[in-house]
Amino acid sequence: MNFRTDRQRVQGLGSAKEGTGHFWQQRVTAIALVPLALLFILPYARSLGADFATAQETYASPFNAIVAILFILTAFRHLQLGLQVVIEDYIQNHGTRTVCLLINTLLTTAFALAGVFAIAKVAFSA
Amino acid sequence: MVQLTLPKNSRVVVGKTWPKPEGASNVRTFKIYRYNPDESANPRVDTYFVDMDTCGPIKIKNEIDPTLTFRRSCREGICGSCAMNIDGINTLACIYGLDEVKGEVKIYPLPHMPVVKDLIPDLTHFYAQHASIMPWLETATNTPEHEWRQSIEDRKKLDGLYECVMCASCSTSCPSYWWNGDRYLGPAALLHAYRWIIDSRDEATGQRLDDLEDPFKLYRCHTIMNCTRTCPKGLNPARAIAEVKKMMVERRL
Repeated sequence: MNFRTDRQRVQGLGSAKEGTGHFWQQRVTAIALVPLALLFILPYARSLGADFATAQETYASPFNAIVAILFILTAFRHLQLGLQVVIEDYIQNHGTRTVCLLINTLLTTAFALAGVFAIAKVAFSA
Repeated sequence: MVQLTLPKNSRVVVGKTWPKPEGASNVRTFKIYRYNPDESANPRVDTYFVDMDTCGPIKIKNEIDPTLTFRRSCREGICGSCAMNIDGINTLACIYGLDEVKGEVKIYPLPHMPVVKDLIPDLTHFYAQHASIMPWLETATNTPEHEWRQSIEDRKKLDGLYECVMCASCSTSCPSYWWNGDRYLGPAALLHAYRWIIDSRDEATGQRLDDLEDPFKLYRCHTIMNCTRTCPKGLNPARAIAEVKKMMVERRL
């Protein structure tokens, strides 16, 4: 039995004064991904299954390389924001939730950087 | 993880079947959730048979089983007391037509709330959430000699908001409210918050937005729209929440 009032329980630790940044970024990345995904997939599909020289030729073009890097950064940021919502929605335990959010941030950042590195390596190896 | 199954002592079992009315030809079956906190038994679903030719308000409680417990008052959809889940929809029992239900009528309390008894959910937290959004006019300007004046156009902005009777149908239909109702304010409280944010006479608009800007209080809404679909008053809490989110973005761009 605790003697907290209902209002005290609702108020909790107060407003985090945050959340709009997340909301807005998720929409901005979503919009950006529409053209980026198309522009990324077309040259990517061409070099898919072809030899390394074709890939080098594709990503030696600054346009293709920059679009690919933008796509990877935007997609992983969008993924991170989306997964964060899923974690906050469905994982109730505060400790588990914090650990999951941490793993989400670290993994999506690592994958994004790995993608950027891969594109750069191919692009600069020609 | 979120609770996807009921705890053991909340699992619903088959209850009592009450006798059929004698000599009645037009009979409908009602399956109603029963729970008595004074007994250590699980909740159960009782079966009642009602003669529709002599049916009127509060028929089962008056004539078949006086122990059936539910909130009710105005019998015309203005007090919001009798919200319950009928045929899978949260609604007001007094204004929901039995002709809208096919076959047997299944009646449960509002979903995912602690049950006090039978069809009565514990709405303490829900009411406290409503109180927390300051459901009153906040002003800094000295009180005018007469009333706070408002143009006809500004008054129109409150239509579709002020009609809410706080029956809790929307909030208890929202999965986000089920999983995170301790921190997420829910559609009803947010609709009321918007009602005061959009009020041209209110002078605490910024503070109200500040108080709502939180990943849980506001942004647990994912526009699922169960709230709008279920509202027995035909209001649109999902739109109200979307307008609040738009204002949040507007004031930083």
